[in-house]
Amino acid sequence: MSDPITVSLFHRMNFRDEENLLDRTVQGVISTPMDRPEGPLKVSGTATYADEDHPPGTVYGWLVRATITKGWVVGLNSRALRRMPGVLAVIRDERMIRNPAQGGDAKSPYQGPAEVFYKGQPIALVVAETFEQARDAATAAQAEYLDRSHKAVIVPAEAEYETPRGEQSSQGDLDRAMQEAAFSVDVEYTTPSMSHASMEPHAAVAWWQDGRLTVRGSYQMLNTNAQELADALGVSPKKVRILSQYVGGGFGSKLGISHEAVGAAIAAQKLGRPVAVALHRRQVFETTHRRSESRQRVRLACDAEGRMTAVGHEVWVSNLPGESFSEPVTQSTPFTWAGENRLIGHHIGRLNLNGAGSMRAPGEAIGVPVTEAAMDELAEAAGIDPVEFRLRNIPEVDPSSGKPFSNNRLAECIRRGAEKFGWADRPKQPGSRREGEWLIGMGMSAIIRVNMMGPSTARVTLNPDGTALVETDMTDIGTGSYSILTQIAAEMLGLPPEKVTTMLGDSDLPPSIGSGGSRGAASSGTSVMLAAKALRKKIAERMDCDPDDLTLKDGTAIAGNRQRSLSDLLAGDTLEGTGTIKPGLAEMHHRQASWGAEFCEVAVSSVTGEVHVRRLSGVFAAGRILNAKTARSQCLGGMIFGIGQALHEKVETDARDGNFVNRDLAEYHVPANLDVPHIDIELLMDDRDAYANPMRAKGIGELATCGTAAAIVSAIANATGHRFRHFPVTLDKVLEKLG
Amino acid sequence: MRPFDYTRAHAPADAVGAEARIIAGGTNLLDLMKLQVETPDRLIDINHVGLDRVERDGDGLRIGALVRNSDLAADPAVREGWPLLSKAILAGASAQIRNRATTGGNLMQRTRCYYFYDIDAPCNKREPGSGCGAIGGNNRQHAILGASDHCIATYPGDMAVAMSALDAVIEVEGPAGKREIRAADFHRLPGDTPQRDNELQSGEMILSVRLPAPLGGRQIYRKVRDRRSYAFALVSVAAVVVMEAGRMATARLAFGGVAHKPWRVPAAESLLTGQPPSPELFDRAADAVLAGARGQGHNDFKIPLLRRTLGAVLAEATQESK
Repeated sequence: MSDPITVSLFHRMNFRDEENLLDRTVQGVISTPMDRPEGPLKVSGTATYADEDHPPGTVYGWLVRATITKGWVVGLNSRALRRMPGVLAVIRDERMIRNPAQGGDAKSPYQGPAEVFYKGQPIALVVAETFEQARDAATAAQAEYLDRSHKAVIVPAEAEYETPRGEQSSQGDLDRAMQEAAFSVDVEYTTPSMSHASMEPHAAVAWWQDGRLTVRGSYQMLNTNAQELADALGVSPKKVRILSQYVGGGFGSKLGISHEAVGAAIAAQKLGRPVAVALHRRQVFETTHRRSESRQRVRLACDAEGRMTAVGHEVWVSNLPGESFSEPVTQSTPFTWAGENRLIGHHIGRLNLNGAGSMRAPGEAIGVPVTEAAMDELAEAAGIDPVEFRLRNIPEVDPSSGKPFSNNRLAECIRRGAEKFGWADRPKQPGSRREGEWLIGMGMSAIIRVNMMGPSTARVTLNPDGTALVETDMTDIGTGSYSILTQIAAEMLGLPPEKVTTMLGDSDLPPSIGSGGSRGAASSGTSVMLAAKALRKKIAERMDCDPDDLTLKDGTAIAGNRQRSLSDLLAGDTLEGTGTIKPGLAEMHHRQASWGAEFCEVAVSSVTGEVHVRRLSGVFAAGRILNAKTARSQCLGGMIFGIGQALHEKVETDARDGNFVNRDLAEYHVPANLDVPHIDIELLMDDRDAYANPMRAKGIGELATCGTAAAIVSAIANATGHRFRHFPVTLDKVLEKLG
Repeated sequence: MRPFDYTRAHAPADAVGAEARIIAGGTNLLDLMKLQVETPDRLIDINHVGLDRVERDGDGLRIGALVRNSDLAADPAVREGWPLLSKAILAGASAQIRNRATTGGNLMQRTRCYYFYDIDAPCNKREPGSGCGAIGGNNRQHAILGASDHCIATYPGDMAVAMSALDAVIEVEGPAGKREIRAADFHRLPGDTPQRDNELQSGEMILSVRLPAPLGGRQIYRKVRDRRSYAFALVSVAAVVVMEAGRMATARLAFGGVAHKPWRVPAAESLLTGQPPSPELFDRAADAVLAGARGQGHNDFKIPLLRRTLGAVLAEATQESK
């Protein structure tokens, strides 16, 4: 077999896409609700997740938790533990990490197991022949501490806050605008610490072979994950390979490498055997990142006609000492609503709790619900319907920077959503509609999430038999990457999707940005598109035509009145295309975001304060929709996430010692099936964003959760006549107001 | 999990008097063993001893200790004569857990107190004398009635609340023979021995639960919780009310989620019995139920919540049928 003929295409997104190629291809695969190629494996339990495939000779590690909140570990009963049945090693290694890496760090997080910064921090790893022996021995661990827990800062109110200069901004005069406004609101909301609660707990299986480390793990961004792990271990990134073929949910908790990867790698190195370390659910909760709690002050003002004049959004969030990540709560506040007087404030406090990091839509997921709930308050104060109030205040351009929008479909989403939902039937007077003991109300929210892209490369190989192989280190964390990348390649090459195989989740494959920030589909998708486009050029050469005049469909190349099968055209050759996309000026000169609107009906028990979401409906615009089914699933998941945020989810921290007390899925409440009503979703299938990327597609993974909770609390206000500004709205808070 | 010995019983006699922890469905005990909250040296598995049938017992019913929760809730005789029991069981856990959990095991389930579950935290129930983490800690789910300075944990179950209201009797057998314990008396108050959840003595085993003749009337189990399924009760109210000529001829009440045991207050039931229903009367009944109630901070809301829920349940149970 001869070497493949290689071609490549690089594109930096500096300008508007003029080609709109995916609207001119004819295979008809793109955007369809194609089933996931790997779906049968997943539903039959035969897709192997990280901890489900152990090489022969694998031994097992279990992390030991710190039982103090702050201080130093000065001793451990390692000798006694080593005498326990099956125990092979008790590892305290300076390379072990305090907290997981933040997404995209590409370097090790803070290292050293001796200093304790939060209760539950891993301080050692016990390795034994069996999982049960490791766990038993780790539970028998007794550490000696230099205990400084009394100096720990646990409650946000007691934290000292930093005010980073680069994260403050203002224009006009907010105070004066507030004073002179016809109507204004000045309100404080709080959101609690939350946890990702992915179904698959974090796990890593590590082994060394010929000086090279392989880790089967559950991670989202393999290219930077390999660099993080290499840096933590002090080896070259070339010496690290990470495999994450299937990931059982991440929501940001697997953006960076975590304790299990570093621990397993060190143990495997020391023992010369494969080592598996899986986190117990309780360890996932207390050692991986949480979403920071927040305190948010929102000031909004408008004139007598309901035209907004002021937008102020100041936030207080937290993290561990030294961590650079700070929940970007105000991310979409600068551009969503009009108003010439504006202020953004950001403050970060240091707490002795497990680290804060990215969780599904970091920033907007908790920022938009608060600003949108405050918008509902201002609309009420102004006596204007919340839908109408918003429609009056959609800015022509980004009011903070003056940049034009790449596109802005917010008004259409709101109008379409209101019509579908039957918004006209909303009770005009809060607290006026009743069904037996149940108070009925409706609420809505605008939905906003910034659009981002990251550098990504993919390889698409067209085989002599007319099949194609797509390869990138992109991950599929349940989002549908396998589906959409298959569809993009099939559409571009004119192949039925069954002829395309997509291989993901191996850091040895061409590097993508990975899954995170709703960037994955647009970034890795574009790289696949570009790789296929390079192949199209090569095919056009062989057809002796201009690439613009080439049509590919069902394995046949067509140019004018000539038609040849691809396998015929390839004549035994293999074509290998590599595509690379990089972000460029387009995101600098045009404000890019995905848009939506959600509408909700709730019933609130006047007896118990229980809140039932009865209807939830959303309309979304995210550029080209690559797969109508997986996109809808993302929106469903996001809206259910929003129900949890509004009504259920909260990390319960013991204020005395920072202990994460509800660290299991029985007590950390995410919505159960009964909490989720029928959810109606409409995607604006005609949307295209030419500034986003050549596919004209934008992020959708996190979009739908950015505002759901505002629709719900606004509906509760409409039902009861009371505002609830502290999430989650549990029944005790409702009872207190119902009187 | 600590290593343990395992034996399988083939008849109740194999398990009665055995120096071992009994395991049936394992839906609670195994979790606790994995966390080393429970560290039994020996387990005896009673899944193969029979005792898995629901049988007529005169006008009543005898439920074997190994009858699965899902089977019991779906049993036509139970649904017909003791719907309260069926409703309470279906309000608990998840379908998967109910398929596995047994009648006897459900009575033996342990508290869900965060501090009981955390072997690094103080807990007098888990480790007598170590203190109570929940007092002064996170106690949203904890007791407002019958608690002590040593323990404020709640009994988390639903089935036993209904059994208590229905005057069920638990039949147990120990080395000294068989005896009966009223369901309402089965669980204990924590006092200064919170490590003892119930009256079962060492070596004793639950054989069955006997339900007396059906009461008829309206039977309501209302469970108030933080989400609509798969959450423990903040407050639950089990009520059986039989109306005759506009008056409450029979009124049975039991409450879950508020104490170390299903909470039954005969004085409240007496107040109602023979009286025509009225909101004022329901409120007086709530006063009787809540006599001595005390919040722990995070759970203070349970006091008004119980009052309001009881009022709504009694209003529903006594309303004229349409």
